[in-house]
Amino acid sequence: MHPFNYYAPETIEEATEILKKYGDRAKCLAGGTDVLVQARGEKFELDAIVDVKKIPQLTKLEWTDSHLIIGAATPCHVLYEDPKVCEVFPGIIDSAFLIGGIQIQSRASLGGNLCNASPSADAICSLIVHETTCEIAGPKGTREIPVEDMCTGPGKNALESGEFLVSLKMPLKKGKFSASYERFIPRNEMDIAVAAVASSLELSNGKVSSCRVALAAVGPTPIFAKEASELLVGKEPTDENIKKVSEKAKDIASPIADMRGTVEHRKDLIEVLTRRTISKALERVGG
Amino acid sequence: MVSTSENKNYKVIGTRPIRHDGYDKVTGRAQYGADIKLPGMLIGAVLRSPYAHAKIKSIDTSEAEKMDGVFAVMTSKDLPRLGDVVRGNSEESGSEKHLSENVMAFDKVLYKGHVVAGVAAKDQNTAFEAVKKIKVDYEVLKPVINVDQAMAKDAPILHEDYTGDHLGKKVKNSNVAAHARHEVGDIDDGFKKSDLVVEKEVDMQTVHQGYIEPHSGTAVWDEEDRVKVWTSTQGSFSVRDSVSKVLDLDVSRVKVTPMEIGGGFGGKIPIYLEPIAAVLSKKTRRPVKAMMSRTDVFDATGPGPGGKVKVKIGIDSEGKILAAYADIRLEAGAYPEAFIEAAAKCVFSCYDVPSMKIDAYDVLVNKPSSAPYRAPASPQVAFATETVVDEICEIKGYDPIDFRLMNVAEKGTRTALGPKYRTIGLKECLEAAKNSNHWKSTLDSNPSPGKKRGRGIASGYWFNIGFKSSVNLSLNPDGKVALTEGSTDIGGSRASIAMQAAEVLGIAAEDVRPSVVDTDSIGITDVTGGSRTTYATGYAAYNAAHKLIEEIIEKAAIKWDISEDQIEYSDGIVKSKTDSELKMTLKEIADDPPGGPIVSSASVDLEEAGGGFAVHIADLEIDEETGKTDVINYTAIQDVGKAIHPSYVEGQMQGGAAQGIGWALNEEYFMNEDGVMLNSSYLDYRMPIALDLPMIDTIMVEVPSEEHPYGVRGVGEPPIVPPVPAIGNAINDALGLRLLSTPMKPSRITEALKRKK
Repeated sequence: MHPFNYYAPETIEEATEILKKYGDRAKCLAGGTDVLVQARGEKFELDAIVDVKKIPQLTKLEWTDSHLIIGAATPCHVLYEDPKVCEVFPGIIDSAFLIGGIQIQSRASLGGNLCNASPSADAICSLIVHETTCEIAGPKGTREIPVEDMCTGPGKNALESGEFLVSLKMPLKKGKFSASYERFIPRNEMDIAVAAVASSLELSNGKVSSCRVALAAVGPTPIFAKEASELLVGKEPTDENIKKVSEKAKDIASPIADMRGTVEHRKDLIEVLTRRTISKALERVGG
Repeated sequence: MVSTSENKNYKVIGTRPIRHDGYDKVTGRAQYGADIKLPGMLIGAVLRSPYAHAKIKSIDTSEAEKMDGVFAVMTSKDLPRLGDVVRGNSEESGSEKHLSENVMAFDKVLYKGHVVAGVAAKDQNTAFEAVKKIKVDYEVLKPVINVDQAMAKDAPILHEDYTGDHLGKKVKNSNVAAHARHEVGDIDDGFKKSDLVVEKEVDMQTVHQGYIEPHSGTAVWDEEDRVKVWTSTQGSFSVRDSVSKVLDLDVSRVKVTPMEIGGGFGGKIPIYLEPIAAVLSKKTRRPVKAMMSRTDVFDATGPGPGGKVKVKIGIDSEGKILAAYADIRLEAGAYPEAFIEAAAKCVFSCYDVPSMKIDAYDVLVNKPSSAPYRAPASPQVAFATETVVDEICEIKGYDPIDFRLMNVAEKGTRTALGPKYRTIGLKECLEAAKNSNHWKSTLDSNPSPGKKRGRGIASGYWFNIGFKSSVNLSLNPDGKVALTEGSTDIGGSRASIAMQAAEVLGIAAEDVRPSVVDTDSIGITDVTGGSRTTYATGYAAYNAAHKLIEEIIEKAAIKWDISEDQIEYSDGIVKSKTDSELKMTLKEIADDPPGGPIVSSASVDLEEAGGGFAVHIADLEIDEETGKTDVINYTAIQDVGKAIHPSYVEGQMQGGAAQGIGWALNEEYFMNEDGVMLNSSYLDYRMPIALDLPMIDTIMVEVPSEEHPYGVRGVGEPPIVPPVPAIGNAINDALGLRLLSTPMKPSRITEALKRKK
């Protein structure tokens, strides 16, 4: 393993300086549950590791009138130990509780999971169906992008040289809203999704006013299945209507066959999981 | 527990004392293979082949040698070239040449991960960087990665210089290292007279033992050409043997100190890094330690063989088996020996079969050289036999236990390889299964929409080896006993061996202190494997304890000046038979005994312990939409002979079942066509975790072995045999699907369900 420098900046500006200086030869360290394993496995060679956990904005959990803001390095356990997050965003908790075991959840963050940009990431689909916005800092100041634009390929994200993720912003819905995330693994824990789906929906007057479905492990990045989601908007959430969404989601899925699953099985799983997550979200909103 | 022996009044045997090595292990004090640290020690690393099959044209180590912090670089040029001499017994046979080539490739690499060079450096990072600088020029060849490819016409040949034995004929240029046949009676006649004949072929994937502790090897080569080795192994003497052969040294020049062992299941019998560490030490005059990563362990150490097994069984109209045929093709890996004789011994072992024929093929493929894995080859063949038996029962409507009882193998039944069984306990196990709460319970076949449940049963066998063991005892001045032995302790054998000595001496298990010592400190002891240790080393401890009593009586006779036959010993007291005044505790006799300290030693070389049989019942719940299978109830029934320490016997039964469930549901070497394993990590090599298993209930059936004073049989291996067919039969019960390939993973289930519709 190539030797590298370790930095622990305390401000966004300081972090930006270091990241700018090292460019591609630096990586951010949040929980380290991906980066350290990859560095040891020599997936890349680094000159600098920039620990961002000492920057206050990166580890916050803040409620505003309109949003929940989660620092990019806020560990998963902070989320599922917060009763209000559990109540308002059970779909996010589905993900936070699935990433690794308890030890990993004490370190790992949703932001890290997002930046790692694995096609099978457990947090990204949930962030997509919660209409999350990424707040990014960099040499040119800050910018915001929708989370569904963050992943650009397996292990690749939209961050430019010197940029890093500061926080994730999720809107607070006025209506009856909930979400759910479910992954399929052949075992009961300690595994990576063969296929996974997050679904969210908002109900008003018995009809679906908004819906989002996102798919993981069935493409080079997690997929926002927009065309499938739209099929339910303005409709009653009947089994028949949900089935249409799940069939469409299955069409959208474009998995590869590998050691974790076959194309056919993964597509079938997307159909099953879409149905199950929409039903679960519906159950959660009390619809 | 079910017991057929009269209840003897044992004081120690059958109790559950805390194991002698327990505190060290739960506190982390115990020293495992990689924990050894020696003054001036260097770290060794190896370069492994990226190709599964290639000729080595040249190796350039010059860049690595020039690196700062690198002390030595080696290739196979630094190892002696050995002849093609066959050696050894069933669990460790093979030629010296192959033994050496598997440690480090000479002319050809035969699997991805095959070692081609080694480096010793000041630290691990430097060693890894140096390895990257070694340049190897390969001529890449096409690999064969399963038995069909290897046996195909015009298949690439792994060993052009090897002569195989095909039914006594010498054959060159074949990937079939051996073809053996065993015949009893006339199967053609048997099948002709049969009312029903069922035939199935199963396809087993390569699996790994999956021990938690990766391999390591540490060595010092001194100025007198003496080599000291520290390693985690199932057999310190087999390591001594193998290392001395590979290095062409007399065995007495090699001393092996076994470290604690973090699992082995057969896979810690072969050597890998030890001779490399030794040669690097010779070059540097420093201790060298080399360690494997998990990926190295998967890529390059002993998997359990995959392969294809075809079984055909014919029964008469009463349900009696008339004839059985098996065609067994197992992957030896890169070098011969896929345990085909064991496969032949086990395939029809649970049944009384009047005529049988078994063809067994030992097939070379470009995978790591297969190592023993818990009842080697028995689970592979049991999958075929037990599936056929289940299908016969399904077609004819027989109760699967009644059918097995009707055809049960018992004392006097002739086995496939000739000898008749001595006392065995399969019948008792089947009866215990029949009487179990599990078998008598009912299972809701359709508990909720989309969920199906099913129950399966299967039986299995392992023959349990004997061989050589040695034990020394020494009576300490405080009246307690030190026991030294050569069996490395993989599953509580310190306790089970010490308990047998304690039983003879009539003292507490805690008062016998066992130590596993190096090869210079104890007589030859064969590997901890083949389920032999509690049986054979325990037998040596039993004999040594009796000899210690003789010594005690002899010393008391001198002290009291009376004849030995006037003296008796029981429960830690030596006393005169006639004079009640003459009486000493062990502490009293041990304090300055006349003529020197009281010690004894014993060694044995035993026949097989008499086979062990297991019967398992599995209940599954299957999600028809996703193919996810959960094991919801599981009972393991086994003839354990005599359970010395029942907790460890139960542990062996549960552990074997857990591993077998893994084979059945998810474990496999997932390889690409280039022979590269793609899932060489615990993330993707899906062994069951705690959440994947229900409580595995155990029923110990005690039918004592005739070969051991306490009736001990091996217990470690039979429990891995029934799970694969038990799960397969349960899937058939739930879904009406016969899945004939392992693993019976979710995609196979959903895809088969779709085909059925």
